[in-house]
Amino acid sequence: MKNEALFRYLLRLGDDSLILGQRLAEWCGHGPILEEDIAMTNISLDLIGQAMSILDYAGVVEEKGRDCDKLGLLRFEKEYVNVLLVEQPNGDFGDTLMRQFLFDAFRKPLYERLVNSSDKQLAAIADKSLKETRYHLKHSSEWIIRLGDGTEESHTRIQNSLDILWRYSFELFYSDEVEIELTKNGILPDLSGIRSEWEATVNSVFQQATIVIPSNNWKFEGGRLGRHSEHFGHLLSELQYMQRAYPNSQW
Amino acid sequence: MKVVETIDLEQKFQDKIDREIKIEPNDWMPEAYRKTLIRQMSQHAHSEIVGMLPEANWITRAPNLRRKAVLLAKVQDEAGHGLYLYSATETLGADREDTIDDLHSGKAKYSSIFNYPALSWADIGAIGWLVDGAAIMNQVALCRCSYGPYARAMVKICKEESFHQRQGYELLTTLANGSPEQKELAQDALNRFWWPAIMMFGPNDDESPNSAQSMKWKIKRLSNDDLRQNFIDATVPQAELIGLKVPDENLKWNEETGHYDFSPINWDEFWQVIGGNGPCNKQRVDARRKAKEDGMWVRDAAMAFAEKRMKKQSA
Repeated sequence: MKNEALFRYLLRLGDDSLILGQRLAEWCGHGPILEEDIAMTNISLDLIGQAMSILDYAGVVEEKGRDCDKLGLLRFEKEYVNVLLVEQPNGDFGDTLMRQFLFDAFRKPLYERLVNSSDKQLAAIADKSLKETRYHLKHSSEWIIRLGDGTEESHTRIQNSLDILWRYSFELFYSDEVEIELTKNGILPDLSGIRSEWEATVNSVFQQATIVIPSNNWKFEGGRLGRHSEHFGHLLSELQYMQRAYPNSQW
Repeated sequence: MKVVETIDLEQKFQDKIDREIKIEPNDWMPEAYRKTLIRQMSQHAHSEIVGMLPEANWITRAPNLRRKAVLLAKVQDEAGHGLYLYSATETLGADREDTIDDLHSGKAKYSSIFNYPALSWADIGAIGWLVDGAAIMNQVALCRCSYGPYARAMVKICKEESFHQRQGYELLTTLANGSPEQKELAQDALNRFWWPAIMMFGPNDDESPNSAQSMKWKIKRLSNDDLRQNFIDATVPQAELIGLKVPDENLKWNEETGHYDFSPINWDEFWQVIGGNGPCNKQRVDARRKAKEDGMWVRDAAMAFAEKRMKKQSA
């Protein structure tokens, strides 16, 4: 493998999309209103599509002949490097939308920078994904505001979702030698402004939603290092079921 | 005077239908025509929505990411059909939520096929190939239905359904050409879905009391038995082509009639499943009811928010 840092970075990006896409797919047929059922599966479909492009490319970089299915559906738990946020259970509609919003508000400025990557393939994937992510963020922002400034019950519920999920938001900004190396060799543009942009987005939306960021700032992280939550094994047992039950088959 | 007027209107209405002129939402129509359409179209919409459940059951377990994406897109299409059909029903003065409450209370029916379980990945192929295939037979005829909004909705829906039918067949073809285990999955799915799919066309013509009126109004164009025969004639060669055996010992090509002969249908099972004794009747309606009940706070919030915004704008 010529570029291990790029491979590791692509896995992070691809796993985030894959696992969140898998979670959203669980809503199919059970959404609170038909229009939102369609919206959530549509976002799921976008994320699965992103995961396929990103993980296929990771396989090319790795040079071991693995494609998006081998990488996406046949690694062991500790080999997945998605953030803990995206593997959290769907909970109620508010929990799902809060998880989505915290993620979308991060993904949009990230993709806006990745379109300038010197790596043409990564830049092209970011360009396509950015168009989708803009819609995702618009959708999730609008719902956070609507639920926060809706009824007393919806306000309490979405504030509660934020209180629970906030602790997982810090990991979105996890950075280590992988990013440093990729920035050094020009593959990653300067990502330093993402955090302040994310903060501006969440502050503005939470203000309109009349909800407040919890004072508890304890960080939950570990996903980027392959240390996941108890929920994750169950998610993988569904995701990988067919590949494990019928190894080496064509579908 | 009033009676004469109504007779005159009914005559004009039937003339239009006879001359193949579409009936549009604001046109005069007999109350029975309106009621028949509301019942049929809302039940069609419910079928699309309840039909999402057996397939959604396999999205999280799809065998690879391409199949997962295809299935997601497919089930999303079905949701879109439901939305489209509820909107078309509303052109007749029905309220979408009222018709949905009728589904949840058991008053309104939906296609009985969705009361059968999707037990293996191959069932996803069988549902696309057989269930959507049977639905298309019905729906192609409905593209010429006398009620304009319903007929036009069907044109779009048929395009997508025929895509689903080919996807389902392609999925099963892959299994039929795969390992012995995969082939067994495909055959087992056909064994379980064949007869329920045949029953989708409804009772025999002489047992179908509403058919004559619907034919006269051109809501219905072909009889249940004709549609069923067309489906069998089209589908049997497709099964043979991929080496699957249709589970009917009496299935035989009849040179004289130019159609396949087939075994008598188990109508007892058909009426039992419609009456609530299918394997999944309860779980399907429960799932739909739960989705609405659990989401009530979301609807309430959206309504409250919209009202607040309106007040702010007018202030």
